[in-house]
Amino acid sequence: MSQQSRDDLPRTITSASRLSLGLFAVYVLLYAGFMTLVLVRPDLLGSRPLGGVNLAIACGLGLILTAVLLAVVSVVVRSDR
Amino acid sequence: MLHQTSPLAVAIFAAFVTGVLWLSFRLGRKGQSAQGYYAAHGQVHWAVNGVAFAGDYLSAASFLGICGLIAFYGYDGFLYSIGFLAGWIVALFVIAEPIKALGRFTFADALDARFDSRGIKLSVAISTLVVSIFYLIPQMVGAGALVTPLLGLPHWAGVILVGVAVTVIVVTAGMVSTTWVQFIKGSLLVFFCGLLTLLILQRGLVVNAGRSGPPDLTPQTRTVLPDGQVLVDGEPQSSEHDLRPVGTLARLPERYGDRTETGPLGPLAYLAALEDSTVVTWTKETSADPAGTQVTFTPRERPAAELLRPGGYFKGLAGGTLTARLDFASLMLALFCGTASLPHILIRYYTVKDAAAARKSTVVGIATIGVFYVLTLYLGLGAMTSGFLDPTNTNMAAPLLAKSFSETLFAVISAIAFTTVLGTVSGLIMAGSGAVAHDLAENVCGIRMTDHEKVRVGKLAAVGLGLVAMALGILFKGFNVGFLVGWAFNIAASANLPALVMLLFWPRTTKQGITAAVTIGMTASLAWILLSADTFEKVYGLPRDLAPMPFSQPGLVTIPLGFIVLVAVSLLTPPPVPARH
Repeated sequence: MSQQSRDDLPRTITSASRLSLGLFAVYVLLYAGFMTLVLVRPDLLGSRPLGGVNLAIACGLGLILTAVLLAVVSVVVRSDR
Repeated sequence: MLHQTSPLAVAIFAAFVTGVLWLSFRLGRKGQSAQGYYAAHGQVHWAVNGVAFAGDYLSAASFLGICGLIAFYGYDGFLYSIGFLAGWIVALFVIAEPIKALGRFTFADALDARFDSRGIKLSVAISTLVVSIFYLIPQMVGAGALVTPLLGLPHWAGVILVGVAVTVIVVTAGMVSTTWVQFIKGSLLVFFCGLLTLLILQRGLVVNAGRSGPPDLTPQTRTVLPDGQVLVDGEPQSSEHDLRPVGTLARLPERYGDRTETGPLGPLAYLAALEDSTVVTWTKETSADPAGTQVTFTPRERPAAELLRPGGYFKGLAGGTLTARLDFASLMLALFCGTASLPHILIRYYTVKDAAAARKSTVVGIATIGVFYVLTLYLGLGAMTSGFLDPTNTNMAAPLLAKSFSETLFAVISAIAFTTVLGTVSGLIMAGSGAVAHDLAENVCGIRMTDHEKVRVGKLAAVGLGLVAMALGILFKGFNVGFLVGWAFNIAASANLPALVMLLFWPRTTKQGITAAVTIGMTASLAWILLSADTFEKVYGLPRDLAPMPFSQPGLVTIPLGFIVLVAVSLLTPPPVPARH
C-alpha cells in the first residue's frame, strides 16, 4: 500500500457520491420489493397486465434493464460534472 | 442419455485452446514484473476490462446451470439471473472506486489500507483462498461433466485438460493473458448466445418440435444395476436403444387455430405466445432396492403459464413453510451481496489505470452481463420446447438446444461451454496466486522478495493451485455444482462484504474489528453450510431432519453477523489513529 493512497483514504471514503448512493438505494428498493412479492404473493406475479407478458417476467426483465440503465446514468451524469 | 462425440466440437475446442495458449506465450514478456503479473500494469483499457469482467464472472454455472434450470423448472432459473446481476449494482455504486483507490494487487491490500495489520492480511488471504477454492470446485467438476458427453473423454481427462490449460495461461503472463482470455470468452459467449436467441425467435414455437403426431407421453425408465450396467426400459442402454429426448410443445394458443407453428416471433410476442401454450414436461421418481436404482420419467402436459411464474424449483414459494421462504430470501441476499465480495472479481479493478476507468469498466461489465442474463431466459425457454432435452442432465440443455438447429452450432456452443470454464478458472487461480505470494508469503510471513522473485513465487502458487483444482475436480465428481457456487457466494458475502463496507463508511472501524468480522463471517457461514439440511442430504447422505440448522443458505444470518461482530469488536478496541491529511 503506497503512502499516497493511504493518505488519500478519508477523501476516498467521502467521495462515494450522493448520486451513486442514491441510485444504489433506488435499486435496493426495487430488488427488495420484487423479492418480497416473490416471497409473499407469488400468485400476483402470474397476472398479465403488460400485453401478454406476465408480471414475473416483466419485473425480472425490468430489474435487469434498470440495472443497466442506472449504471449508464451514473457514468453520464458524473462525466458531465 | 448417450451423446455422440462431435469431431467438430473437438476441433473447435482444440483450435480455441491452441489460440489462447499462443496468445498467452506471445504476451509472456508483459507479465515478468510484479505489476505486470498481478495487475497487467494497470493499463488495460476500461472497455476491454468491462468485457473481461463478464468473461471472469459468467461461469459454467451461469451459462449451463441457469439455462438448464429454466429448461427443466421454468421461471425460477431466471431468479438466479436476476440475483447474479443485481450484485453488480453493489460493485458499481459502493465498491468500484474505493477498491481501486485503496488496493494494489489483492483484496487484502484494500482492507488493510489504513492499518498495516498482519491479522487482516492473514484472515483476508485465508478467506480469499477459501472462497476461490469453493468457486474452483464447481468449475472443475463442470469441466469434467461436460467432457464426457461432448468429447467422449472420461471425467478426469476433462478436469486435467482444463487444469493444465488454465495453469499455462496464468503462468505465462499472469493477469495480462488472463484478461485477454476473459475478454475473448466474454465476447464469444454473448455473441453466440445472442445468435442462438435470434434463431429461437426466428423459429418461433413449434408443436412437438416438428415431429409428426402428438407428443409421446409414455413413461421411460433408466435403471442402474449393482454392477454399473444401465438399462433403458428394461433393455441395455445403447446408441440404438436410449431414452427419448424430452421437453416439447403440446399445443399452441387457441388463436393459432390448427396451425402447428407460429412462425417468427418478436421477443415479447414469443413470451406471450408461450404463456398461452401447453407444454410437455416430465416428473422424475427414483426408487432404489438391492436390484438397482430405477428412475422413471413420466411426461405430462401442463399449461406453460405454470412454468413462467415462481415456484417450479423453489418449491417453498407457493404455500411453503416459513423456513423454505427464509432459505430463498437468504440465497437472494447472498447473490446480491456476494458478487462484490468475490476476490477474483475485485482484483480486476487493479488492471485499469484509475477510479474513473474502474467505474466505466463496471458499467460495460453490467451491460454485457445484463444482456447475457436476458438471453438466458430465451435460451432456457427455447430449450424447454426444443424436443432435444436430456432428462438426466440439466447441464446439457444449452448445447442440446444448439443441436436442435445444427451440428455446427452444437459444436460451437459446446466449445464455448469449455471456454467459460477457462476464463473463470484463470481468474480464480490469479486471485489465489496473489493471496499466497503477495499476502501470505510477502506480507504475513515477511519474506523479502525482489520484483522478479514475487512473480516467480506467484507462478509457483498458480501451479500449486492448478494442481489442487484438478485434484478437487476429480474428487468431487458427481457433486451438485450449483450447490457449491451458492456456498462460495455465501462465504464471500459473509466474510468480506461487512468488512469492506464498514471500512469505507464507518471511521470507527478498527483492525481488530475487520479481522474478527472476516474470520467469524467465514467460519460461521462455513459451519452453517456444513450443518445444513441440504448438506446432510446431498453430501453426507443423512436424513434432512437430523440437520441442526433451520434452513440451508446461511447469508440471512451470517452477513448481519459479520456487521455486528465488526461493530462490537471495533467499539471494544482502541479507535484507529486518524490518517494524516
